[in-house]
Amino acid sequence: MGNEVVDHSRRRFLTAATATVGGVGVLTAAAPFIKSWQPSARAKAAGAPVTQSLKKIELGQQLIVSWRSLPVFIVNRTPSQLAALPAQDPRLVDPKSDGSSAEQQPKYAQNETRSIKPEWLVMIGICTHLGCVPNYVGEMKPEPFDPNWQGGYYCPCHHSRYDMAGRVYKDVPAPKNMLIPPYQYLDDMTVQIGVNPKEVS
Amino acid sequence: MANVLSSIGGWVTERAPGLMPMYRKHMTEYYAPKNFNLWYYFGSLAVLVLVNQIVTGIFLTMNYNPSAAGAFDSVQYIMRDVQWGWLIRYMHSTGASLFFVVVFLHMFRGIMYGSYKKPRELVWLLGMLIFLVLMAEAFMGYVLPWGNMSFWGAKVIISLFGTIPVIGSHLVDWIMGDFLPGDATLNRFFALHVIALPLVLLLLVVLHLAALHEVGSNNPDGVEIKKGPTGNRWSALAPADGIPFHPYYTVKDLFGVGFFLLVAAFIIFFAPTVGGWFLEHDNSIRANNLVTPSEIKPVWYFTSFYGIVRVMPAFLGTAVWGVLTMFGAIAVLFLFPWIDRGKVKSIRYRGTGFKVGLGVFVFAFIGLGSLGAGVTDKVFPQWFGDIDLAAWDNNFGRLMVVLYFGFFVFLWAYTHFGWEKTKPVPDRVTMHD
Repeated sequence: MGNEVVDHSRRRFLTAATATVGGVGVLTAAAPFIKSWQPSARAKAAGAPVTQSLKKIELGQQLIVSWRSLPVFIVNRTPSQLAALPAQDPRLVDPKSDGSSAEQQPKYAQNETRSIKPEWLVMIGICTHLGCVPNYVGEMKPEPFDPNWQGGYYCPCHHSRYDMAGRVYKDVPAPKNMLIPPYQYLDDMTVQIGVNPKEVS
Repeated sequence: MANVLSSIGGWVTERAPGLMPMYRKHMTEYYAPKNFNLWYYFGSLAVLVLVNQIVTGIFLTMNYNPSAAGAFDSVQYIMRDVQWGWLIRYMHSTGASLFFVVVFLHMFRGIMYGSYKKPRELVWLLGMLIFLVLMAEAFMGYVLPWGNMSFWGAKVIISLFGTIPVIGSHLVDWIMGDFLPGDATLNRFFALHVIALPLVLLLLVVLHLAALHEVGSNNPDGVEIKKGPTGNRWSALAPADGIPFHPYYTVKDLFGVGFFLLVAAFIIFFAPTVGGWFLEHDNSIRANNLVTPSEIKPVWYFTSFYGIVRVMPAFLGTAVWGVLTMFGAIAVLFLFPWIDRGKVKSIRYRGTGFKVGLGVFVFAFIGLGSLGAGVTDKVFPQWFGDIDLAAWDNNFGRLMVVLYFGFFVFLWAYTHFGWEKTKPVPDRVTMHD
């Protein structure tokens, strides 16, 4: 036995084959553990649409409702806030929301005010940088972070700024305009968040 | 009695003959250079803090409840109702910050005296891995009390991965196990914090020490004592400038332990939050997914890296650049042994360029730290009056980023092209008899 010639190519083949089969086995066995980190069925089921009446939201006021545990901003924009929107265009990253932010709103909200009805802004209040909730700074007056402030959102985490349509200003860490969720009007003063309007969907 | 003990010792030795040689190799016959100074306390202090974290951590888990509904209350329960619970928690939270104090100083020592250079590259790499795991461990530990800063800190840090194009948002859902940090996130962080990462950490510490003891310790002169003359009081073959780790350095380190515990006890008993630097005030408020704290900032030991994320702008429609730069700032530390081509180890005999460069590097690290901690937001208006704060922060931070990475570019060129004018290195450590 000890004097037999070792067949090295046979030995190499067997080693490689064993390692391959073992490697595939390890990867296959790892899959359930990796998948166990995915959102569970319970977490996924918790995302039902939310209905909100707009009657008690006064002019210039913001209401935050929770949809899929995400903060949704509903703002009753004043005429002066709306009037200031077009003037912001040169200072914005993507004023028409058709460039880097083309996917940040449903088609029916891809317009000047990023909304179905101009005065009502419905938006997921999460900074597109790292997911903080920006503060609503609605008053049009000079702010420490911007002497020409025309109302909008200011993120406390990394100082990203957005205008009154959630459009991001240039030279801040956030790359995109804030996300507009799917929503529809059930009647004149009631919105449902999480569902597209019937005629468009 | 002595008879019984020695017969038990004989019984063990007969069955485990390798134990005593191992003890001798790492303790009584591990010859460390005799010229260690103050900077050499921090390695053993890091071990001390690690033991403190493990012991206090085990006791904290006995009363902690890892669920979104119960976590915050269970921490308040530990602080108020569990006998001595406040002490155990403050030992753990203060220990976490002091861990980074000693690790930063330990790393700075290594850079100063060239301890990462040949033949100790492996020691440095293992140490850097320890640093990386320690950061993950500290981050997950900070999430567990489920205060508002825990929640938003978790959200921001996990969202760092969301900036990766294409797979980012799926990766974020995978890490959180939900669409927001919640029960699933908290439970998996608990599991990683109390068992998975500590096991990895302990293994890495053993490897770090094993790698060190293979090549022997460096010293403030950067002289290889193994290449010097041999023969000392204990062995004819050991380096002449080495002394046994035990009892000489165990006793020295015990003195360091005493001093360190004095400082730690002062913090734990008189100022456990250190004015919001060790424990942030916003974390005494329950986690709320609809309200972001007015200013999100991490604990002080992450602020330098966080400052980088804060000042890097988005372009090409993605915010990934800040994240890449931040991870790059850590990755570049791994490469120290290969960026620095200089043959002279210790700062005592290196050129002026290295000393100035290292000073600039420390300045940039602290500058980014004060930016990330929000210190500049407060002092810039005081110093410079009515200014565009966002622009000042961005410009200052970007300058610091340039200085941070510039140090490495400079260091490489300085040593690669032979611009460094070194002083002659002595043959033996300067305090040999």
